[in-house]
Amino acid sequence: MAQTARRAMFFRMVTRSLTRRRSRVVIAVLAVAIGATTLFALATIATDIPRQMTREMRVYGGNMLVLPADGQTAFDIGLLDQVDQLIEPDSLIGSAPYRYQTVRLNEQPYLAAGTDLAAVRAISPYWYVEGDWPAVGDEILVGQDIADWIGLVPGDLVELVAAAPQDGPDPASGSTASGSAPAPNQADDADPASHPTPASQSGSASPDDPAPTDDLLASDLTAFFTVSGIASTGGEEDSMIFLELADLEALTQVEGVIEAAEYSIVLNGGQVSQLAETISARIPQVSAAGVTRLTRSDSYVLDLLQGLLGLVTGIVLALTMIGVSTTMMAVVAERRNEIALLKALGATNRSVEQQFLTEGLALGLIGGLLGCGLGYGVAQVVSWTVFHRSVAFNWWLALATVALAAGVSYAASLLPVRRTAQIDPALVLRGE
Amino acid sequence: MNQTGLTGETLLELRQVSKSYGDLHALSQVDLTVPTGQWLSIVGPSGSGKTTLMNIVGAMDKATSGTVLLDGVELSQLRPKDLTTIRRDTVGLIFQKFHLIPHLNAVENVMVAQYYHSMPDEAEALAALTRVGLAGRASHRPAQLSGGEQQRVCIARALINYPKLILADEPTGNLDAANELIVLDLFHSLHAEGTTLIVVTHDPEVARQGQREIALDHGKVVSEVRHG
Repeated sequence: MAQTARRAMFFRMVTRSLTRRRSRVVIAVLAVAIGATTLFALATIATDIPRQMTREMRVYGGNMLVLPADGQTAFDIGLLDQVDQLIEPDSLIGSAPYRYQTVRLNEQPYLAAGTDLAAVRAISPYWYVEGDWPAVGDEILVGQDIADWIGLVPGDLVELVAAAPQDGPDPASGSTASGSAPAPNQADDADPASHPTPASQSGSASPDDPAPTDDLLASDLTAFFTVSGIASTGGEEDSMIFLELADLEALTQVEGVIEAAEYSIVLNGGQVSQLAETISARIPQVSAAGVTRLTRSDSYVLDLLQGLLGLVTGIVLALTMIGVSTTMMAVVAERRNEIALLKALGATNRSVEQQFLTEGLALGLIGGLLGCGLGYGVAQVVSWTVFHRSVAFNWWLALATVALAAGVSYAASLLPVRRTAQIDPALVLRGE
Repeated sequence: MNQTGLTGETLLELRQVSKSYGDLHALSQVDLTVPTGQWLSIVGPSGSGKTTLMNIVGAMDKATSGTVLLDGVELSQLRPKDLTTIRRDTVGLIFQKFHLIPHLNAVENVMVAQYYHSMPDEAEALAALTRVGLAGRASHRPAQLSGGEQQRVCIARALINYPKLILADEPTGNLDAANELIVLDLFHSLHAEGTTLIVVTHDPEVARQGQREIALDHGKVVSEVRHG
């Protein structure tokens, strides 16, 4: 009963102090809230940046390759369904299968890639295409270098010639040079010797390519295609021909096998490597690997950004601590007479500290809650401005911010309250 | 006689009490005995040592030398924590500047003294305010009260824990004549109930209200007068 009455009076004193000293409380809450706002906004951005940046960095192309397992030159396209099941649907931007075939155009051998052109367009938005992407069958993209050599322009009709199938994919290209997606990236575990890049296979210089010939062999397979666009990437794709996988299969009369698949996934470098390991372990017919250059640069940029934000967050935290300490010192100093009076009335140092520290804690909680709301708004504005996306409200981060704000406020109050609690109550009587 | 050597009728006894602040001698070998139930007025010019004496008697300061016995307890030997207990249980303080907590209303200001003494009881605090004529102002904050009303809240706060000794430092110093009368009537009422009062004042009229009046000068008791 007595304890209940005392507790009720304690909270009455604290509540009255918070609600009836509004101007002072507002100043103290603002001091905490400004810090909490900055902290929460920075922390929200810092934790959301990996997600945002990982997605942004996907404009540079796929970041994981799936190749045939060691000793194999191709794999069944149906295996990609198993690969897809190991990837979170939300994180997958797109994937494109690749099958390579040396074809002749204007009597010169070039490397053709049969793929899903819509998927290529989705995962490689950096490609520049003069004209249009193929919209229907019998349309192809021609690399800029080939177009320059031959003098092709969008709308031209060309004849592609392929050797008749022997056993599996094109022995002149695919069988001997499988495992490279058209992207100019080398996978982590891709062996350049055994998996040469498309550029090394293209053009007329390849010793494995059939020699230029003026006459069609009886066994040659031919088909006519319209050049819908000229692709320019500044990379190996400029020396290649791209067509739908179905068209290449129809031309070569070989179906159901591919030599590579390129994936663009919203994951950081470490996560991509982990996923690749899982895929390689679960599906023994394939070997997956991250694209080293992209995954490493992703991680490097993200580490830099997070380090910078961490530094700024630390500085803001220190400045907040100083600001809140100064405010609390002023607030406590202003109530020096009140503290002396309480002691004159019989309050112990401990009970005075208890009351004022509870007030400090409450101010911190209020400031922290306010800071979370304002900080989320700031983070949202920054995210929209920089990434054109919204940030998610992180409840754990909010909880941590409120706890930190309350802790900082409590700690900042501790020294001035303890010092003032030592005050000589006689000062009250003396009127000093 | 109790173990400290005081008679049952003596509430306060000072023996050769001195207080120095560096080279300044605020009190010099003061001897004073106050029986239970007495109303003692202390007068003297500024700097004569009145407030220093009040602080020592009110357990808010310690004498440099000498003995201070309050209700049988030697204050000079006590630790700060024990002095807090004496202030809480034995003494009621009334200040010239009232010293009410500005963000608490009248009844809450009275309840603060209860809170640190034992148990807050709003009904009892309201009864104390009723006694000083402020039943209708209980929910008003100090800024909404006149000087006289604030002093009466201060008196209600001082008497709420039934202290053995009420120490009043210039209790009418900031009041007009009408409010001074009200406050003195309250003191008479408390005195009639047996409460011991020590009132420091500059006002000869207020000093004459007490049974006994001592004058301090340069830290020494220079005269003593007994009023009818």
